[in-house]
Amino acid sequence: MRDTIRFVHKGQIRELENIDPTQTVLNFLRYEAALTGTKEGCAEGDCGACTIVLGELDAEGQIRYQAVNACIQFMPMLDGKQLLTIEDLKHRDGVLHPVQQAMVNQSATQCGFCTPGFVMSLVAERLGRNSSVTVDINNVLAGNLCRCTGYGSILEAAREAADDETVDHITKELDQSVQLLKELQKDGSLTLNWKGRRFFAPKSCEELAELIATYPQATLLAGATDVGLWVTKQHRNLETVILVTRIDELKTIDMHKDGLTIGSAVTYSAAWEKLAEIYDDLGELVRRIASTQIRNSGTIGGNIANGSPIGDMPPALIALNATLNLQGKSGIRQIPLEDFFIEYGKQDLQEGEFVRSVSLPPANEKSLFRNYKISKRFDQDISALCGAFSLVIQYIVVEDIRICFGGMAGTPARAFNTENALKGKSWSMENIVTAMAAMDKDYTPLTDMRASSEYRLQTAQNLLKKFFIETTSPEVDTRVLEERNAQYA
Amino acid sequence: MRNPVPSKTEIRGKVHKPFIHDSAIKQVSGDAAYIDDIPEAKDLLHLYIAQSTKAHARLLKMEVEAVRNAEGVVAVYTAADVPGINDASPVLGDDPVFAEDLVEYVGQALFVVAGETLEQARSAAKLAVIEYEELEALITVDQAMAAQSFVLPTKELNRGNATEALEKADCRLSGRLEMGGQDHFYLEGHISLATPKEDGDVHVHCSTQHPTEVQHNVAKFLNIPDHSVVVEIRRMGGGFGGKETQGAWFAAMAALAAMDTGRPAKLRLDRDDDMIMTGKRHDFVLDYDVGFTSDGEIEGVHFTFASRCGRSADLSAAINDRTIFHADSCYYFENIRITSHRCKTHTVSNTAFRGFGGPQGMVAVERMMDAVAHNLGMDPLVLRKKNLYGKTERNVTPYQMEIEDNIAPDLMAELEEKADYQARRKAIHNFNKTSPVLKKGISLTPVKFGISFTTTFLNQAGALLHVYTDGSVMLNHGGTEMGQGLFIKVAQVVAEELQIDIERVKITATTTDKVPNTSATAASSGSDMNGKAAQAAAKTIKDRLITFAAAKYEISESQVRFKPNRVEIGDVKSLTFAELVQEAYLARISLSSTGYYRTPKIHYDAENYSGRPFYYFAYGAAVSEAVIDTLTGENRITRVDILHDTGKSLNPAVDLGQIEGGFIQGMGWLTTEELYFDQAGNLKTHAPSTYKIPACSDRPGIFNVEIYEAGENVENSIHKSKAVGEPPFMLAISAFNALTDAVASVGDYQNFPVLDAPATPERILSAVAKQQSAREGHPRRAAE
Repeated sequence: MRDTIRFVHKGQIRELENIDPTQTVLNFLRYEAALTGTKEGCAEGDCGACTIVLGELDAEGQIRYQAVNACIQFMPMLDGKQLLTIEDLKHRDGVLHPVQQAMVNQSATQCGFCTPGFVMSLVAERLGRNSSVTVDINNVLAGNLCRCTGYGSILEAAREAADDETVDHITKELDQSVQLLKELQKDGSLTLNWKGRRFFAPKSCEELAELIATYPQATLLAGATDVGLWVTKQHRNLETVILVTRIDELKTIDMHKDGLTIGSAVTYSAAWEKLAEIYDDLGELVRRIASTQIRNSGTIGGNIANGSPIGDMPPALIALNATLNLQGKSGIRQIPLEDFFIEYGKQDLQEGEFVRSVSLPPANEKSLFRNYKISKRFDQDISALCGAFSLVIQYIVVEDIRICFGGMAGTPARAFNTENALKGKSWSMENIVTAMAAMDKDYTPLTDMRASSEYRLQTAQNLLKKFFIETTSPEVDTRVLEERNAQYA
Repeated sequence: MRNPVPSKTEIRGKVHKPFIHDSAIKQVSGDAAYIDDIPEAKDLLHLYIAQSTKAHARLLKMEVEAVRNAEGVVAVYTAADVPGINDASPVLGDDPVFAEDLVEYVGQALFVVAGETLEQARSAAKLAVIEYEELEALITVDQAMAAQSFVLPTKELNRGNATEALEKADCRLSGRLEMGGQDHFYLEGHISLATPKEDGDVHVHCSTQHPTEVQHNVAKFLNIPDHSVVVEIRRMGGGFGGKETQGAWFAAMAALAAMDTGRPAKLRLDRDDDMIMTGKRHDFVLDYDVGFTSDGEIEGVHFTFASRCGRSADLSAAINDRTIFHADSCYYFENIRITSHRCKTHTVSNTAFRGFGGPQGMVAVERMMDAVAHNLGMDPLVLRKKNLYGKTERNVTPYQMEIEDNIAPDLMAELEEKADYQARRKAIHNFNKTSPVLKKGISLTPVKFGISFTTTFLNQAGALLHVYTDGSVMLNHGGTEMGQGLFIKVAQVVAEELQIDIERVKITATTTDKVPNTSATAASSGSDMNGKAAQAAAKTIKDRLITFAAAKYEISESQVRFKPNRVEIGDVKSLTFAELVQEAYLARISLSSTGYYRTPKIHYDAENYSGRPFYYFAYGAAVSEAVIDTLTGENRITRVDILHDTGKSLNPAVDLGQIEGGFIQGMGWLTTEELYFDQAGNLKTHAPSTYKIPACSDRPGIFNVEIYEAGENVENSIHKSKAVGEPPFMLAISAFNALTDAVASVGDYQNFPVLDAPATPERILSAVAKQQSAREGHPRRAAE
């Protein structure tokens, strides 16, 4: 058993002992390693000033470089990875990295506090192609906020850097980095103990099950995009933490005849391409979930397991009739995903169980699917409400419809009254208007800083109308996002 | 930096040429140091502030014994521990650093804990026993108005006879508009790092736009002379007005801990604390009443403004005055009355923010112009043009200042053409007829922004210049760098004056022991004033060198000519700048000088709102196009065209950044950025997860920004340039008006929308719903 964390940094394997398992990577860099180029802007993974790049070996033995938020990554999450910070970009001879040089040339810095984060996001994109679905630079930078420039000069810099084919020194040293990472792969599971805080990183589901049995109160950790904030925002003391992302079995995506099964430790970024293949709107939903940095860390399993009423993925999965696979002492228990969410803060998770995977049935060729996320800002925002609609029509009659919303109740919740008002009826505006009224009985949403109760309900009803228009009048423009003249796409 | 090869034909860093930000290379490398990046001393203390959880309450009990005894706690300071005056305010002495017997907003500082680690200080702070007796809390402007609760007396400006004009007018309408506040969301939060020095002195690194005021407040707080306090700032990670006054609170606390313990002390607010504890842009409620002719001439206007100032005055007097000064924008109103209420609420004291009250005044008038145009069924642009100030007549503002360089009509005409406004407006109307869900809107609005502090005495600046014997130069001045490019602009001025490459000019941190008694870097005046002061210092030294050279080489002074990196001595000899400096040094000529500048021509009677508060005006105009979703209220700004007047720009690269950044920040204020206080006065949007500033994709897909080529300051400003920090912010009013125009289309332009700011999806949908119900009811147009 190992009680030190090992990662690759500056061309060497770095080994650290006596690590506080919930210390953030950002605090380590800034206050212990004297690497203050990486900044804290929010400590919640929203502003991107703390962006670093992590490299990890994939199944083919290649390094996949991804941008992540150092402010909500715990130190043991560096284990087994290669770390790149803003200080690692300039060549030893003082020559700037092409991304850095482009930022200078385009006057893309003003106050400069967000700058290292932008540079790291663009470097990650250059090194790794952060995301497999799109190279829209707006998506690459959605997790980096700049308050000074208005982004134009940064977009110009991104373009200039993309045209610069100079091979940077990180790429030149790739083979060496691969060798070092392979060395780390041989390491077994990790156990840390620091002033009463315990941290485990098992490498198999069996180990995980044992640990959960021993520490039933333990916090299961995947990408730390939620749990990280328990520490940085709520200042909670997490006594026992079990990291699930070192378990290969939980990181698989299987396309099979019964559909698609996504392991609980699969990140949004890893699942994006597959989901986008099923329905366009599933891909668009993933694009709108948080930012590149967060999608590179956050997992679909985590988004389900934390039981949030405003998680963006569950409504779509429920509308698509997903099954949740829970692993416990007596093997795998399968339940419809919607049954997992009992009430606010309470999920159907029995003692010793953990989320193993979620399965989607194969796409029905007759079924129509749309998802709508409503928030104050399009990118990197939490939904006021998020609605998913799945419809099967047979000769203009509604054979089946499943509607599920987040943000409308204490859990992701189906609109059963609305669905019943439509089932067996013709798919017509008249029936839609009746069904919209029925939605009053489905939801009594809250008023909060994201939206009022009235707005939530009205918009949910209107989204049903929009779904109808989109399925019956494809010539009508219905989405402002498609009106954006994406000059920078 | 190693000495680069001197350029021969033209110096590097010449004025009017684009040049990169002085810190750009350091910023992209992570080498540009902000205060929290300064290596921490081994004995550094970390401070954490305990905050009020009530908006308005008497403090019945505040026991901190348990805090003091907690592990890692070195000291706890309350109001009782203040050696001097428990205040750190800019003007009125009404901002206690620590609450005494009353708390007046959620987040007000109760006491500060100094710990060995931040975690220890933070967790110890929770151990205090606090008892409150809650009092009625006024949170909104409406509540404050109902209670007649004000931080400052109501002010009024009158020109002509608005009451009579309104009564006599053929057409008259009135309306109301609420404008939300705005958090600065500088990426670097407030921070101070204090280090004790000998003689009981203290050195404070403070992220502030106003080191002098911080110095004065710290000295007063500690009961020591100003000369015992040095305040230094190399760069801020953004300011935008948010660091003009309130950083003094945190500097005072850090200085107190440092003085008392003899250890350095750091106080850094995390994002949530920064947003909860510090002031924002003022929220406003506007009521307007306007009389006009049926062909669109405005005859009489009455604006009534009420702003949320929060618990103390801070800069609210000058901010609300600037609202009054900008409620005319580019339009001539012969009969106008402006009433300005400065409401006291039990919320954090609102403060300076880019535009400083001006944006709210201009949103008001532009909303009114749209309402009038709509009422008459006119293109709002036609109505706007009809009411513009004249060039030689109809050119006196309501505060009796003559407008001497009215370029707004020309600039607007050029933009209308360039942006293809008329054709696009037609196309939008056609689109709206056939698009049931999405609707579009367009608007062109101008900007005229007065440049100078309206508090006249603040319009002064100082600089200090040393020339070393190798010809390299050290530059210092009272302006602070928050990203706006001030330092590079002022360095360009010096390089130009001495005709040396810009690398020869060392830019140094702003510090109160180099240039004293400075004004805040604010009011967009940074490069105007510090540029002039630095130029004066450079000129003094240059003149000494000329006098010396003329005497030594026995030629007339006019024969000593400064050329790029060299000095021609008549027609026979040419020295490098360094050689001449060396000779002057050996001849015992002083190579160091201060420079000083006071803005000329300005004078102003604050009681009667009369005089010339501004040296000049900066102009601009923007066309925005918007699209809304009438089912969800979602919206975006799809195209923006800007033409902006920077005079003869000192540095076009820097100025373009200010224009674009200002616009996007203004767009955020009017669209996505919503401050949400609950009824108990808790700010619920105190981090980027809930408070949404524009992200990269919010930048309009088509965004054409141009500097107005014909621009040139008619006044003797620094190299004929114009200030550019604030004015572009208000170009974004066109975005808000374009959204309003899109909403109006829902009711087929029959009813003027009721749309408040920020135009969130919820507010848009609500305005759309009102259009729909009005359409189903009785269409109405007053003039018909």
